[in-house]
Amino acid sequence: MFLSGPLVNWAKDLYMSFYNALVPNQRYMAYLKGLKITLLISFFAIIIGILIGVLVAVLKVAAVNFKMKWLTNICNVYVNVIRGTPLMVQLLIIYNLIFTSRNTNEIVVGAVCFGINSGAYVAEIIRAGIESIDKGQMEAGRSLGLSYVQTMKKIILPQAVKNILPALGNEFIALIKETPVASVIAITDLTKAAEYIGSRTWDILPPLVIAALCYLTIVIGLSKLITRFERRLAKGDRN
Amino acid sequence: MIETKNLKKVFGDNYVLNGISETINKGEKVVVIGPSGSGKSTFLRCLNLLEEPTEGEIWFEGRKINDKNVDINKIRQKMGMVFQQFNLFPHLNVLENITLAPTHLGLMAKDEAREKAMELLGRIGLTEKALSYPNQLSGGQKQRIAIIRALAMNPDVMLFDEPTSALDPEMVGEVLDLMEALAAEGMTMVVVTHEMRFAKKVATRVMFMDEGRIVEQNTPEEFFENPQHPRLKEFLSKIL
Repeated sequence: MFLSGPLVNWAKDLYMSFYNALVPNQRYMAYLKGLKITLLISFFAIIIGILIGVLVAVLKVAAVNFKMKWLTNICNVYVNVIRGTPLMVQLLIIYNLIFTSRNTNEIVVGAVCFGINSGAYVAEIIRAGIESIDKGQMEAGRSLGLSYVQTMKKIILPQAVKNILPALGNEFIALIKETPVASVIAITDLTKAAEYIGSRTWDILPPLVIAALCYLTIVIGLSKLITRFERRLAKGDRN
Repeated sequence: MIETKNLKKVFGDNYVLNGISETINKGEKVVVIGPSGSGKSTFLRCLNLLEEPTEGEIWFEGRKINDKNVDINKIRQKMGMVFQQFNLFPHLNVLENITLAPTHLGLMAKDEAREKAMELLGRIGLTEKALSYPNQLSGGQKQRIAIIRALAMNPDVMLFDEPTSALDPEMVGEVLDLMEALAAEGMTMVVVTHEMRFAKKVATRVMFMDEGRIVEQNTPEEFFENPQHPRLKEFLSKIL
């Protein structure tokens, strides 16, 4: 045989270890389950994050506009607390303190936690986006008789979204990559699933590489999606 | 139609408006001139409360509008405003720029607003630009569209805040022509500008502001031929 020697043996071993990490006992199903949970948590966390982020950002800008110091303070407390404490600690606190009953759905808890966390960052991104819009736009909207909220919705936010899309994309990518922290509240996400399989096969590296490839695929897909979205929004307006 | 009583505006400890009591009647074309920093733009912006006056009252069509119980959005629908920087909405095309407010405020149905917008665009000869975005237009076109955007609301009065100051010289004419045509139709207008020829030709009354006060006002003939106040004489000698 020509095909022998140390290199071939190494390749065979490598193949076997990945085979063992994927196929026997339908182990690929474990990855898929974990992947599903990672995606579910990420998806709903992003939605919740956007909702909270837009709300807090608009409240913050409006509070400055209408000189409501207390509202600014509330928003600042939220943003500072979330940004100033580790995500894992927030997860543990919310899980143990608020969702005390043990039959709560961990995925819901995870999505809510990550959403609340992401909301603070999204709020700051959106606030910066709103403030980047020329104040003449607000004046023009108001001068036509539109209310503050109507102008915000129809004129300011659509323009702000365009400016902040890249930063928002980064935030969502970071969020997806942070989801493995969810394992501290006993959520079996993609990373945890890989760890379990590693502990079964006594070979931890192949499952971790498989998980890494999954994350990579998701993130690349997401950035492609955002780039496409950016391009679609970019029509029409370069001043 | 518009009346201000002892209008004052303070930024920090800087008195920008120093007690202005003035009445603008229906059909008048009032041109406000003055050196920069004299408060003329602030005065104009107080009229539709884009600037909140520190003191004093503003009355519009028989109602005091700087009052907590007045819905200022309703009032502003009747006061069109044109800005120095045009302030078209860059993410919307020309047609959407014009129809956004009337349709969103429920004043007109979509078709009706479209029709009105096309009619106004036809009037300024820009029908073919209906689907263009603002960045594809020249400064003069932008400003004329900003004017008809305000007109689409059927306002009772139009406020112009230095409408030609940001334009290339060659485009000033087309904007002034449109404003002149508006004046000829009987629109009530308050115009802050540095265009003295426009003031002479169109104004029914010219005001001179300095240091937050209206120092002198008169018909354009008297105002330019026979200025009284030394400050106005000095100002006119510099610019004419």
